[in-house]
Amino acid sequence: MPDGSTGARSGHALSLRNLSKVYGSLAAVDGVDLDVPRGSFLTLLGPSGSGKTTILMAIAGFVEPSGGSILLDDKDITRFPPDKRNFGMVFQGYALFPHMTVADNIWFPLKVRGVSKADASAKIKSALELVQMGHLAERYPSQLSGGQQQRVALARAIVFEPDLLLLDEPLSALDKKLRADLQWELKSLHQRLGTTFIYVTHDQEEALSMSDTIIILRDGKIEQQGQPGALYEKPATRFVADFLGKSNFLQGTVGEKKDGAFTYVCGGQPLVQVGAAEHTKVNGDVVVALRPEKIALSAERPAATNAVSGKITAFNYYGSAYHFQVQTEALGELIATTPAWTCQIEPSIGNTIWLGWEPDASVVVRDR
Amino acid sequence: MHASLRRVYWWLIAPAVLLMLVFYIYPLIQVLWISVTDPVPGLGNYSELIDRALIHRIWMTTIRVCVITTVITVVCGYIVAYTMAQVGERQRTWMMFCVLLTFWLSVLIRAFAWVMLLRTQGLINTGLQELGLIDQPLRLVRNEFGVIVGMVHFMLPLAVLPIYSNMTGIQDRLVSAARGLGASPWVAFKDVYLPLSKPGLIAATILVFVFSLGFFITPALLGGGKVVMISEYIQVSFEETLRWGQATMLASTLLFSVFLSLALVARFVDLKKVFGAR
Repeated sequence: MPDGSTGARSGHALSLRNLSKVYGSLAAVDGVDLDVPRGSFLTLLGPSGSGKTTILMAIAGFVEPSGGSILLDDKDITRFPPDKRNFGMVFQGYALFPHMTVADNIWFPLKVRGVSKADASAKIKSALELVQMGHLAERYPSQLSGGQQQRVALARAIVFEPDLLLLDEPLSALDKKLRADLQWELKSLHQRLGTTFIYVTHDQEEALSMSDTIIILRDGKIEQQGQPGALYEKPATRFVADFLGKSNFLQGTVGEKKDGAFTYVCGGQPLVQVGAAEHTKVNGDVVVALRPEKIALSAERPAATNAVSGKITAFNYYGSAYHFQVQTEALGELIATTPAWTCQIEPSIGNTIWLGWEPDASVVVRDR
Repeated sequence: MHASLRRVYWWLIAPAVLLMLVFYIYPLIQVLWISVTDPVPGLGNYSELIDRALIHRIWMTTIRVCVITTVITVVCGYIVAYTMAQVGERQRTWMMFCVLLTFWLSVLIRAFAWVMLLRTQGLINTGLQELGLIDQPLRLVRNEFGVIVGMVHFMLPLAVLPIYSNMTGIQDRLVSAARGLGASPWVAFKDVYLPLSKPGLIAATILVFVFSLGFFITPALLGGGKVVMISEYIQVSFEETLRWGQATMLASTLLFSVFLSLALVARFVDLKKVFGAR
């Protein structure tokens, strides 16, 4: 039982081997190989139709794979029905039983395992306290707010000490502030329980803030996987750079290569970029992804290696930051963000400003 | 709501209210009035409920047939509705069409059709005899069996529709959630789906039982005079023995028993909720 000790229990490991699911002629999941380490927090991230939910439903046992296998600690569970897998699941929209009280909802997984309510009461209580819902045990789900329902769904999914916890966009129905709070709570819950979490979302912020590992899915295939920081800093493709955070894309022609860096020309503007020698050849095409927050903004021409000037066409103020759209001669429209309190330029439409960045601020991506 | 708008709504329902008053409430009051005044003023007609063995027997037949009909209809209706809620869109449309099809046939035609099927030389008996499964024809009609078959057939859509309508409001993922939390398919149904479909079941039970109590044509035709239920006896009293006092007493009692059964159910469930008023 979750007792508040830090990461005491080692979770279970899950592996997918060449998993696929075909609906008619459409492959929703197309040969996915994946290893989820013990006790990790793994996020399946992708736009709708990328196959992330289908993968989760196959792991849970609600979708029968067309091919491949699912292994829990090397045990093949591909053909197990959902009730024989011992996985906790938090559904999109919570799926609390409306005819049962909060306490009975949490008792349910214990009840079907033959535990009487009297014997289960201690577990129900501590599960409720773990999600700070102890005082609402006798309420019905319809009497709770969305955030409270979400906490109950979470308590119900962990009370029976499942081998895995599966979460299907659990925060998507909540407002932004509550979503941010629950991200902290989920992460701390994961650390306390030590259970392996598999989390599905289309929200890149949730993925970045909580996960040990992010799997980015596209058209039923894994596009890229890795730690949040590594994925954000080194996106392999244009798709990843665009989906995980925002990016400007500079398309150019490679000039010369020298000392682990190369020059390229984009719209007549010569620029310098480090790395990725294997993806580039002289006179070949190249795509460089440049994060908006890595562009320094200044009123005068900066000393940075790469610098272009442009006119502000639009800007938004977010309190903590400014977001600018800047029309440049050579590179087209670029977006750039800067902390509002250190903003070096006059934020007004039509104002001409300079954008500067170093060769290692941007990254070469494959154009797909 | 705006006061003047509310007045418009009252005017809109006024014709219906007027129609009900003139053609429904007024005759009803007259029925109640005759039952305590004909042939002599007093509760003499009602004492027959206690004194006369024939009326006891008719009432017992009525209640027995109604209860059996209701149980069979609601169970079958639940199965049909559950299947409709599970299958794909195309099959569902076809099933709904078949359920409603019986509504479009005259109740008289349906009762006669059952007589044709169930009688001694009917399709079922001759078929079974030719297959060598029976030597003597079975008595399938002019008894309670025949009446119940005909009544269940008539009542089935009345059970399917409220149950199905309730089931469409049950989220599929609740059953999935139960399965995911470790419940077998049967336990997930018993502990989650069945309780959630209870309002539909209760609505169907009330609807079918109340309808059955006053049912006339089907019991009269399929009972063939052997299974006399209240409404048939009312008709006999009105038109053949011309005992209007007795007829109106029985009609009034029928009405009260409908109210009584609703009141009984209301003790256990919120009827407003069941019938969607809340």
